[in-house]
This record gives sequence, C-alpha cells and structure tokens, in this order.
Amino acid sequence: MGLPHLLRPWVFPAVLLGLLEVAARWMVPGSDALAPPSQTVLAFGRALTAQGDDSVLQATAFTLTSAALGLLLGAALGLGLGIVLGLSRRAAAMGFLSIEVLRPVPSVALIPLAMLVFGFGYRMEVSVVAFATFWPLLILTQAAVRQVEPQLLEVARALGLSPWARTTQIVLPAMVPRLFIALRLGVSIALVVAVTVEIAANPSGMGYAMMIAQQSLAPDLMLAWLFWIGVVGYVINLATLRLQRAVAQRMGEINMEQTP
Amino acid sequence: MSTASADGYRGRAHTESVLVLVLLLGLWWLASHQQWVSKVFLPTPEATLESLTQGLSSGELAGFTLDTVVRMLLGWLLASAIGVALGALIGASSTARIWIAPTLEFLRPLPASAVMPLAISLFGLSSGMVLSVVAFGAMWPVLLATVHGLAAVHVRLREVATALQLSRTAFVFKIGLPNAMPDILSGMRLSMTVSLIVAVVGEMIASQSGLGQAILLAARSFRASELFAGIMLLGSIGFASNALLAVLEKKLLKWQRP
Repeated sequence: MGLPHLLRPWVFPAVLLGLLEVAARWMVPGSDALAPPSQTVLAFGRALTAQGDDSVLQATAFTLTSAALGLLLGAALGLGLGIVLGLSRRAAAMGFLSIEVLRPVPSVALIPLAMLVFGFGYRMEVSVVAFATFWPLLILTQAAVRQVEPQLLEVARALGLSPWARTTQIVLPAMVPRLFIALRLGVSIALVVAVTVEIAANPSGMGYAMMIAQQSLAPDLMLAWLFWIGVVGYVINLATLRLQRAVAQRMGEINMEQTP
Repeated sequence: MSTASADGYRGRAHTESVLVLVLLLGLWWLASHQQWVSKVFLPTPEATLESLTQGLSSGELAGFTLDTVVRMLLGWLLASAIGVALGALIGASSTARIWIAPTLEFLRPLPASAVMPLAISLFGLSSGMVLSVVAFGAMWPVLLATVHGLAAVHVRLREVATALQLSRTAFVFKIGLPNAMPDILSGMRLSMTVSLIVAVVGEMIASQSGLGQAILLAARSFRASELFAGIMLLGSIGFASNALLAVLEKKLLKWQRP
C-alpha cells in the first residue's frame, strides 16, 4: 500500500516521457525540436561537467543571483512604502492614483529600457526583477499592515512610542507571517522574470543557455535546460513554501483566505 | 471605515491623489529638462507625448497596439477555453486529480517564456508560435483554478448530486463549474496579465509586429521618446484589461451575493 501510494505521482510523467522517447526516437528521428529523454539526460550530464558559459552551475548561479538581488531590492522598496501606506490612510489615498497608473505596466516592457540604461549584465536583469517584485510586495505589505490588530496599535499609542519604534517593535513583528506569504509570491515572480529577461535579451544565465541550445539546433540540450529550469523553480518554490509554513506555525496561523 | 469617511474627506483625498501624480510628472519634467538623467534614457514628457500622438495619428503605433491587443486577447481566450476544459476533465474525477495533479504542480512554476525556445523549434518564428506560447503560459492559472474549484465543491452539494442521480457530466456543468466560477474568474484575470507579458516577450524574440517589437527597436536605435510611448501604451493595455475584467467579474458573480 505504501509504495504504490508514493509512486503514484510519478506514473503520469513517466508515461509522458516514455511517449516522448518513442516519438522522438522512431517517429521523428533527427528532429530539431524534440529529442528522446535518454539523450536529454546525457546532454545534461555533459553540460554539468562543461566549463565556461556552458556550465550549468555558472548559468544557474547567474540567474539565481540576479533574481535574489532584484527581489531584495524590490522587496525592500515595496516593504518600506507598503508600511507607510498601510499605517497612514491619508498617504494611501494620496498614492492611490499614481500606483494604479504605474502598476499595470508589464515588467517585460522595461526590458528595452533597462537594456538602454544598463547595457547587458546583472544590473539590467536586477532592475527588471526589482520592478516586477516591487508592486505585489507593496500591495501585500500594505494589506498586511492594515490587518495588524488595532489593539496593538492602540497599545503602541498608549505607550507613547515614536512612529519608528511603533513600526519596528509592533507592526513588523505582527505582520511577519503575512510578509512571508508575500515573499513567497515574490520569489516565484523573481525567478520567472529573471529567466524571461534572459530569454528576451540578456546574454547570460539559464534562459540564454536555453536559447543558444535552440539556435544551435541541439534539441537534447535545449530540453535539458527546460527541464533544469523547471526543477530549479520547483525546488525553490517548495523550499519557500516550507519556510513560509514553518514561520506561520511559529508566529501563529493566519487566515489564508484574506491574502491573495 | 466607509461610513467614517465623509464626502468632503473623499473629495480631498481625490484631489491629493491627482496632485501626487502631477507632482511625479513634474519631477519627470524637471529631471529630463535639467539633465539629471541623460536624455538618451529619459526623454522629456513633451517629446514622449509627441511621439505618442504622432505614432497614434499616423497609425503606426495604433497598428502595433492593435496587434498586441489581438494577440493577447486571442491567446487569453484560447488559454481560458483550454484551461477550463482540461481543468474540468481533471477536476471532475478524483482519480485523475490524484494521478495528474502532482505533474501539474511541477509544471506550474515553469516560466511561460522558457517554453518559447521549444516552440520556436516546433513552429518556427511565426505569430502562431507566439500565440501558442501565450495560450500555454496563460492556461495554468485557469486550469489550476478550475481543478481547485471543482475539488472544493461542498460535500452537501455532492450529496445532493448523488441523491438526484446526476451523471458526472451533469454534475460538472450544473454544480461543479458554477461553483468554481469565482476561482475561474480570478484565474482568468491572472492569465490576462500573463497573456500580455508573454505576448510582448514573443514579439521581442520572434520579431512579430506589435508593441514588444516596437519598443525593442526603439531602444536599440536610442529613440527614448518612442520607447516611453510604447511603454505607456503597454501600461494602458494592462490597465484597461484589468479594469474591464474587474467589472465583468462583478457582473458575472452577482448571483453569488445574497
């Protein structure tokens, strides 16, 4: 009973991969688009041991570093402004229109601008990721501050705490669980945007490696990268989910329904 | 809170809100005219406005905008249709959910644009390729929302369906999908955002006519005002589609509120 239960999630992907193996090997041999999974695994093994720009580790490190730095920047700005707008209804009302006007700009629309300003490399990717993660973090932080128990704020007022002390000692600790939900969302956005920037423009990282594999008509390597990008995204998302749940358990459960 | 905020307070808040936006625009004007930021990157608001009006009246930018909007909407409609259909198929049977859902969870965080190289190999640098990636990428929010919505049908409603001896198809159409409607609609809203993003990326990579290609070319030839005009148009598309869907959602979900 135990073993089949554990194996069940793997059956469907195994069937799909089997079909792909058969299709790529015997139905469209030598295709530029599809490669049998067995060859994909071999290609990935070669890429793992390769040096220089082809190296899996180097490309992965570039993408993850850019995503992390961008998220750090976007989250810091979003958090700061979100706390201000969450604490003061007046500030929120004042910023409302500007935020509604700027927020719908799709992050990828800034890729050409970032290219123009920063050229290629870390800085352009970091700036686009920061823009993309800033908005959800801002909105969710604002909502999180609003949901801090009003009594806690009254206590802060009764104690005569300064706005700074009120923020660091009362508001921030009270919103930590919600903050981690926002961060989890930010992590997944940062990863997606980083890979997208690399595919669209930036000649580094996992996305670019995949584009190069496609352009050099190496479907096995291309599929290997696609799979690897999937694995990296899955593992990181799983890790942040675990982290968020652990934090929620320590700091008290919250009603998930209220946070988008 | 709404009772506390009188009309006068609201009116003042609106004025201040507009004032802040005007202030930001003024800051842009000052920054570009004082050359705090190089003109290569930051055009003046006037130049941007001129590029915008010129591009729109000459029909060039208007055409690009239309191309992008059509691509986004077509991809979104495809994604919604496929997402609901596949989601209903998977969500209607608990067996299918158990066997297939883990694979979906693995595929979900995959960036839609990462599928683009594969799509290029399969379909070439064509608008069909971009459309297929848009549909593929935007399908996930709808699909997962449908599966989730069908799985979350209340036990009592299931009992009612059993008592009425509804067939599985009837259950899906009469109880499951209406029940999943709020989830599906919010999924569709998210997928509209994804559609726009993937459409723009696709236009950039595959050189398909549209705003994505237009802003990339503008940036490459250092025409900052045209770049900004394009970014503004993309922002308006995002704004308009979001607002439209919010209205639609309200209308479609009216029956749910008491």
